[in-house]
Amino acid sequence: MNPQFDSLAEFAAMGGHGAYVWGVYGVAAVVMAWLVARPLRRRAQLLAALRSRRESR
Amino acid sequence: MARSGAFWQRLHRWASPPGFYRLSGRWVPWLAAASLALLALGLVWGLLYAPPDARQGNSYRIIYLHVPASFLALAGYYVMAVAGAIHLIWRVKLADMLMSAAAPLGAALTFLALFSGSLWGKPTWGTYWVWDARITSMLVLLFLYLGVMALRQAYASRETAGRACAVLALVGTVNIPIIYKSVDWWYSLHQPATIRLTAAPSMHPDMFKPLLVMIVAFYLFYAWVLILNTRAEILSRERRAAWVRELAEEDVT
Repeated sequence: MNPQFDSLAEFAAMGGHGAYVWGVYGVAAVVMAWLVARPLRRRAQLLAALRSRRESR
Repeated sequence: MARSGAFWQRLHRWASPPGFYRLSGRWVPWLAAASLALLALGLVWGLLYAPPDARQGNSYRIIYLHVPASFLALAGYYVMAVAGAIHLIWRVKLADMLMSAAAPLGAALTFLALFSGSLWGKPTWGTYWVWDARITSMLVLLFLYLGVMALRQAYASRETAGRACAVLALVGTVNIPIIYKSVDWWYSLHQPATIRLTAAPSMHPDMFKPLLVMIVAFYLFYAWVLILNTRAEILSRERRAAWVRELAEEDVT
């Protein structure tokens, strides 16, 4: 199996449809990274809040 | 009888919030590694190695995101509705936590399905949006997810909110067969299903295999994020419990 594109420029251009293809994958990457980061941040904040309450007592 | 008794005891422990929190903690790294690896494989395969489409050229490569995101947007609705039903019938607390974890995840995937379809529609159909049955029923799905999220905020009592969300989610399942059947029932710009359980895929194997990888990757990604959301929800609701306070002491990171 070989790559379908001869150069990086061709790969980026996607036969003239680069804006559509990369637009979709760019937005998907941002949304999916946010989906993973959101619960991890929420968990860390909850645990930090519980610890600081304990220390202030 | 003794065996089934042990089984129910195990299930009960598993379905308790601290039990699920501990058990799921062991799955998270595996789900993360497997979904990221398959996403990387599917993306490189689909974007770089799969042959271009005879009619659409390279714009068809949007399929490798559009179809998996759409699949999970729909499957995620079943997860939310079934969790809601379990909460309504058996009052399982964990089911309500799963339901509230499934709503924002499903909404985000439905948004991605609509957004990728819109950007695919422009070069293929000449328009970003048409009010046809498939696309409109997917928009209704997005509003159902957002409605469940909003409804949860609308009640002061968590118990009432959970029951109201479950009822809305169950009523909304009417929309799911409409989405599936929309391309057969109404004239539509949207093409009929590429993948059917009853027939061979209407797609060349060189294009189909990376799609299959992406679909499996999205199922794993869904499971990963659903568990992360549920774990955060468990900690939030049980933050006054002794086991969560102990966890906060241990967990320095």
